[in-house]
Amino acid sequence: MDNSAKNKKLYQEMVKKASPNSHIIKDCVKAFVIGGIICCIGQFITNYLKELGLTQNDTGIYTSSVLIFLASLLTGLGLYGKLGKFAGAGSIVPITGFSNSVTSPAIEFKKEGFITGLGAKIFIVAGPVILYGVLTSVVVGIIYYFIK
Amino acid sequence: MAKHIGKQSIKFEKKISVTSTASTVGTKEGEGPLGKYFDVILKDAVDGETSWEKAESKIVQDNLNLAVKKAGLSMDDIEYIFSGDLLNQGTGSTYGIRNLNRPFFGLYGACSTFGESMCLASIMIESGGASKVLIGASSHFCAAEKQFRFPLGLGTQRPLTSTWTVTGDGAAVLCKNGNPPYIVGMTTGKIVDFGITDANNMGAAMAAAAADIIMTNLKDFNISPDYYDLIITGDLGYVGKELTIELLKKENIDISNNYTDCGIEIYDKNTQDTHSGGSGCACSAVTFSSYFYNKMKKGELNRILFIPTGALMSSTSVQQGESIPGIAHAVILENFPKGDS
Repeated sequence: MDNSAKNKKLYQEMVKKASPNSHIIKDCVKAFVIGGIICCIGQFITNYLKELGLTQNDTGIYTSSVLIFLASLLTGLGLYGKLGKFAGAGSIVPITGFSNSVTSPAIEFKKEGFITGLGAKIFIVAGPVILYGVLTSVVVGIIYYFIK
Repeated sequence: MAKHIGKQSIKFEKKISVTSTASTVGTKEGEGPLGKYFDVILKDAVDGETSWEKAESKIVQDNLNLAVKKAGLSMDDIEYIFSGDLLNQGTGSTYGIRNLNRPFFGLYGACSTFGESMCLASIMIESGGASKVLIGASSHFCAAEKQFRFPLGLGTQRPLTSTWTVTGDGAAVLCKNGNPPYIVGMTTGKIVDFGITDANNMGAAMAAAAADIIMTNLKDFNISPDYYDLIITGDLGYVGKELTIELLKKENIDISNNYTDCGIEIYDKNTQDTHSGGSGCACSAVTFSSYFYNKMKKGELNRILFIPTGALMSSTSVQQGESIPGIAHAVILENFPKGDS
């Protein structure tokens, strides 16, 4: 088989044609609906906590904690993965997705021990999000300081 | 003695019989269209063990024992074992074989390992170095996902080009003389890399190697595709199969009438959510050891070209942006006694 650069390029075009794409519109609609439902649940929790007399600040913290707990529980029960398969970005983007990305490696790598397994691998998916999230907030904070 | 033919092929003179085969698979494979052909279907992913990796080794041990038993032999009769898998350093096989107490060659050819085992074991028999050799290859969906991709519980969507790693072990006992089918020839694959970098499209990465080996096999033996009742690739899936047909069409070789892929046969695309099909060392190993071996035994297939295909990347090479090298080894299996074809 001729593996010249020209032939490789031709092959990559063939591959593009032969490879089915994801169903973008269908996936977007599913992500929108499920993501929306998760946010509605969050709002419901927030409203309920406010009714109980919590301050605005405390309400936010408690709501996040409840959502993180629920997603972690569902991951442990093997249900969040199934939700994610259906909803895609709809269940990844909210804070519940973050919880899932920490819990799932924790469960998977527990077999290699609590230190070298779970401890070392727990942030294997969420680590980059935390690192670059913190870094971005520092940069934005500095910019904000100067333009304020 | 064996004859070197053409550029990359060997023609065997001795009768190298595939005396018995054994296949053990996971639940999902058992629920698929080939379910009734498998010897053992596991009830769950750990098979009574405490981890997926341990389960894979147990499957290897049990299935190799089963293949030997089906050949009417005992493990002591086996002179060599050739086996491999997908796990780092080949632990799926080594931990499964450590209690069998037989001479062992551990192989890595990614998902082409069963073909590699078959080729090397045939050469061993042809050379007179052995007369009873046990071969095998295994993979485990969960253990492979853990090593190559994301944690299983992570809620992500798999692309439509991705394939599903088959859980199981396929094994065969090869003997000098004995009953058909016989291994009569082989074509050793070259590494072919057409620059595919998407680890979720391994069918595309391996298709060029598959097309290359089919073309070389036909040329080396001076035959046309219809010489074979069926040409069977290992785990190209739907995307890879289409690409292989197309690549060969460009070379004026038409295999569209007698060609299939184990990755397509093993799952039901519509009900099992496996996207482009099955993959993994076990894909070609269990499909051959059950379905195709059965068809040859019944005489529904009398001459096949069996081509396990492999994608030779690691998770590190993929992260470093390297393209995925493909490989494929072709084995000619026939029911006819020597000189009868």
